[in-house]
Amino acid sequence: MLDFRLDEEQKMLTDTIHRFAEERVRKVFRHADEDGKIPADVLKAGWEIGVLPSFIPEDFGGFGAPSAVTAAVAYEEFAYGDLAIALNILGSSAVAMAVLRAGTEAQKESHLPLFCEEKLPRVAAAITEPTILYDPFDLKTRATPEGDEVVLNGVKSVVPLADQADTLLIYVNEGGQTQAYFVPADAPGLKLGDRDKLMGIRALPTFKLHLDNVRVPVENRLGGDAGINFGLLLNYSRVAMAAMAVGMARAGYEYARDYAKQRIQFGEPIAHRQSIAFMLAEMAIDIDGARMMVWEAAWKLDQGQEATQEVTVMKHFVDDIVMTVADRALQTLGGYGYIREYPVELWFRNARGFVTFDGLASA
Amino acid sequence: MIDFEIPAKIKQELIMVEMVASQVMRPRSRYLDEHEHERPTDFINTMWPAVKEQNRRQIEGLKQNGAAAKEKSGPSTAILRLILLIEQMSWGDAGQYLCVPGGGLGGAAVEAVGTPEQKIRFLSRFAEGDEPSWGAMAITEPDAGSDNSSMRTTAVLDPETNEWIINGEKIFITSGSLSLKESNGFCVVWATVDPKAGRGGIKSFIVEGHTPGVTVSPGLEKLGIRASDTVILTFEDVRVPYDNLLGSAEVREQKGTEGFAGAMKTFDASRPAVAASAMGIARAALEFAKEKLAEVGVTVDYTKPAHKMTSVERDIIMMEGLYKSAWLLTLKSVAAMMHGEGNRLEASMSKAHAGMAVTKISQKAVELLGPLGYSREILAEKFMRDAKINDIYEGTRQINLLIVARAILGYSRKELK
Repeated sequence: MLDFRLDEEQKMLTDTIHRFAEERVRKVFRHADEDGKIPADVLKAGWEIGVLPSFIPEDFGGFGAPSAVTAAVAYEEFAYGDLAIALNILGSSAVAMAVLRAGTEAQKESHLPLFCEEKLPRVAAAITEPTILYDPFDLKTRATPEGDEVVLNGVKSVVPLADQADTLLIYVNEGGQTQAYFVPADAPGLKLGDRDKLMGIRALPTFKLHLDNVRVPVENRLGGDAGINFGLLLNYSRVAMAAMAVGMARAGYEYARDYAKQRIQFGEPIAHRQSIAFMLAEMAIDIDGARMMVWEAAWKLDQGQEATQEVTVMKHFVDDIVMTVADRALQTLGGYGYIREYPVELWFRNARGFVTFDGLASA
Repeated sequence: MIDFEIPAKIKQELIMVEMVASQVMRPRSRYLDEHEHERPTDFINTMWPAVKEQNRRQIEGLKQNGAAAKEKSGPSTAILRLILLIEQMSWGDAGQYLCVPGGGLGGAAVEAVGTPEQKIRFLSRFAEGDEPSWGAMAITEPDAGSDNSSMRTTAVLDPETNEWIINGEKIFITSGSLSLKESNGFCVVWATVDPKAGRGGIKSFIVEGHTPGVTVSPGLEKLGIRASDTVILTFEDVRVPYDNLLGSAEVREQKGTEGFAGAMKTFDASRPAVAASAMGIARAALEFAKEKLAEVGVTVDYTKPAHKMTSVERDIIMMEGLYKSAWLLTLKSVAAMMHGEGNRLEASMSKAHAGMAVTKISQKAVELLGPLGYSREILAEKFMRDAKINDIYEGTRQINLLIVARAILGYSRKELK
């Protein structure tokens, strides 16, 4: 039956994450962006909320079951706090959920318990490539079989926390299909490249990764012989990223709304003017519409329905509105929006990234 | 719990309505567009028995349970059913849909604010009879559009006969002729009993079909939804019984702005209904454009990266994003009603967004089909003309944005004009 209210568990979860966002994340996020690093105690506190283990079944050390809808609700709230910090805390979901949804039993048993420990898991997923012609369904990084091994060659970019990872899940083109391989960080031929210099999410360390004849056993292939349905995994990832976009858009919108109510010009708050008030109204409508699209796509995936079209349409819409909303939030603040002491320019820089953020998290 | 599932019973019914839409409405679309003031009799006669049956059940429920009927626990799917039927009928033809017999906006007003006795008295006509009848709603005046609280139509009580005497002019009245001249329907007329009292003086009155003193103008000539009956109503010393004043005793005794609030309460249901109609047209335009493009081998690949997409693919994905966001906002405003929650903000959000979305989607559909799209030989251009009204009636996009803005900022009418 049609219903868009959170259930009790989702309410408790979002309340907890919201408190974390207000009390911890918002205290440090501006500095973290300037410094390029996030205080360890904030990451620890965020991890201890236990979102990822709540999607992993007890058999593998967790205490729940996967739900893309609940993930969407939770990820939105994390990103409302700060996107870079959210991606640092939740980034390992890109590996965890891929293993959970597409891994063999053996892969689940060996990898999933990692995500249910006290410390942040030391894993990273590598999908995007440093080229204008990036196409997740036609990757330039290749896997060539050689006996019981495959040989991997190519360059990856925006691999979060690759410097700390013990294991990397690297997406490659194998005979025209996108597949993924587990690669140990110390594999010969795998070289950690420079830290990416990005416009936004500067608090999150991301790296290039060079693969020069990296050899791994064929059983390192995610999903074993059958491999993966990459389109499906990408859908889950895009739901996660879009949920974060909604959360970040909301952050910008709420900040601009509150600012417009207290900024006095011509003797009254600028929010008394339709030119400002209507911008805010349209921002609110776009965010609500975007959230509904994220939820619908997530719900369809949870029902086991084919949702590629919905996800693609949703991604385009959300990528567009997150940028528009951030732009309008900045505009509402006028000159102050351009000053780095205020957070709005940070959301503005982060917002554009969503068009290229593939696989930084998964629902 | 977040759930997008539509009940199976409603889905079943939608299949029937889709048949009516494609087999009864669509074949008459072009003809009725070009013969503006002819009635869509095929559609009306097809729908009347079903409308009657649905209303009969509702009236029976009212008679048995009275006010208690509303108190029954669990979400009410009636509004969801209505919204989905409107979407499907508007997919068929938005102009013809507006001629669907039954209470319409007038009936909705009676349901929203009428007493149980009034509901039975006024709504029973939509549940019986060989000839169909219509309800209509008259708020807008030539000089009172978005600012409907400045309406000038008056209602004065004649203490001798205990009747209200209504004088004034109402414009852009959908089904005005069908309800007052062509059937034994009724029109809910909004008028002030005290012009100095502003909103506090505004009440709603039932004027029944064929009441003396009512003049119905010839049909207005419109850009689109030409099958829809749109007229000007003039009221000259129109007398209606005292009990035709809609609402509770409190409303009748002129306390506060309950009368005006009644109009606003009606909008909480009618705005999602307009949004749904908009979305029916949007879906029609979108499907139509995609089908025509597919016929010449132009399709959308949803797995391509941006640098491989054609501009047509990008346009369609943009249209589908607008469509989906607007449709889901409409469902959200409906779900709030179903679960007995306030939906004024959501209703205005969905209406503002859907009106804009259908306007853009239908314009883009004409554009995408090139010279063919502009031709009156196919329906794309008609969808574009029909679409635009949804950006205007039941509150323009701007008025709905104003309502949204006030709500999100916590502002009064004075703070945000």
